[in-house]
Amino acid sequence: MKNAITALLVGLVFGVGLLLSGMANPAKVLGFLDIAGPWDPSLALVMIGAIAVGMVAFSMAAKRTKSLLGNDIKLPASRSIDKRLIVGSLLFGVGWGLAGFCPGPSLVALGAGESKAFIFFIAMVAGMALFEFIERSRIRG
Amino acid sequence: MISIDWSAFTPWASLIGGVLIGLSAAAFILLSGRIAGISGILGGLFNPHKSDVVWRLMFLAGLIGAPVVWLAFNTLPAIEIEAGAPVIIIAGLLVGIGTRYGSGCTSGHGVCGLSRLSPRSLVATVSFMLAGFLTVFLVRHLLGGN
Repeated sequence: MKNAITALLVGLVFGVGLLLSGMANPAKVLGFLDIAGPWDPSLALVMIGAIAVGMVAFSMAAKRTKSLLGNDIKLPASRSIDKRLIVGSLLFGVGWGLAGFCPGPSLVALGAGESKAFIFFIAMVAGMALFEFIERSRIRG
Repeated sequence: MISIDWSAFTPWASLIGGVLIGLSAAAFILLSGRIAGISGILGGLFNPHKSDVVWRLMFLAGLIGAPVVWLAFNTLPAIEIEAGAPVIIIAGLLVGIGTRYGSGCTSGHGVCGLSRLSPRSLVATVSFMLAGFLTVFLVRHLLGGN
């Protein structure tokens, strides 16, 4: 119960941060990604603000094994920098540059009632489902 | 040469919004012990452990609910989506597949990963930023579209 309420509130604050910062507006995201046009550097400040706070929290978390609610602290174990990581991230970047949406902002825009955000969300979930399908058929060999 | 669009520049709103994003990522790792990575939280619903479903859905509900809560206090900021439906569909597919193969997106790699100085997340972030810059350059300046 505590974990569910925490997740809800964290998601809510995250979403408000995305709205306030301009990340939830694809036109602003594309203005940041368009360095050859009239460039809007705002989103660099989003990263600076988020990482400044995040660095403190993650250095605290690294010293603990249990979270304040008593869960195991789950930090990603993988250290490999491989083709999957790079090709996957490149594909993501192309999609991000085409629409101006990454996953979090698309959900916020969905909540704001944007029909194109709904289309994006369905396509994104379909992409994730395709990944699961490919992975499972690969494992079955 | 880079020319800055000062009329579009929103330093304070973006910085404070970023701090809010950082605070929620901080609260999530310290309270729940989890990474606030949206693509991982959503994608994890495809092969969920039973104890995992509720918090994942609640996190996503919080994100979707954010504009509703915002509306109770203020008018919503602009959300302008220039791309047409076919481009949106292709973009969505690429974002879905790419974030799962790359194990993260702007939040998981960009915010949380860089915050904990993960080399893997740095490589991922540089990769998707570069691809984003190049894609916009191609679409806007070489193909002249949009």
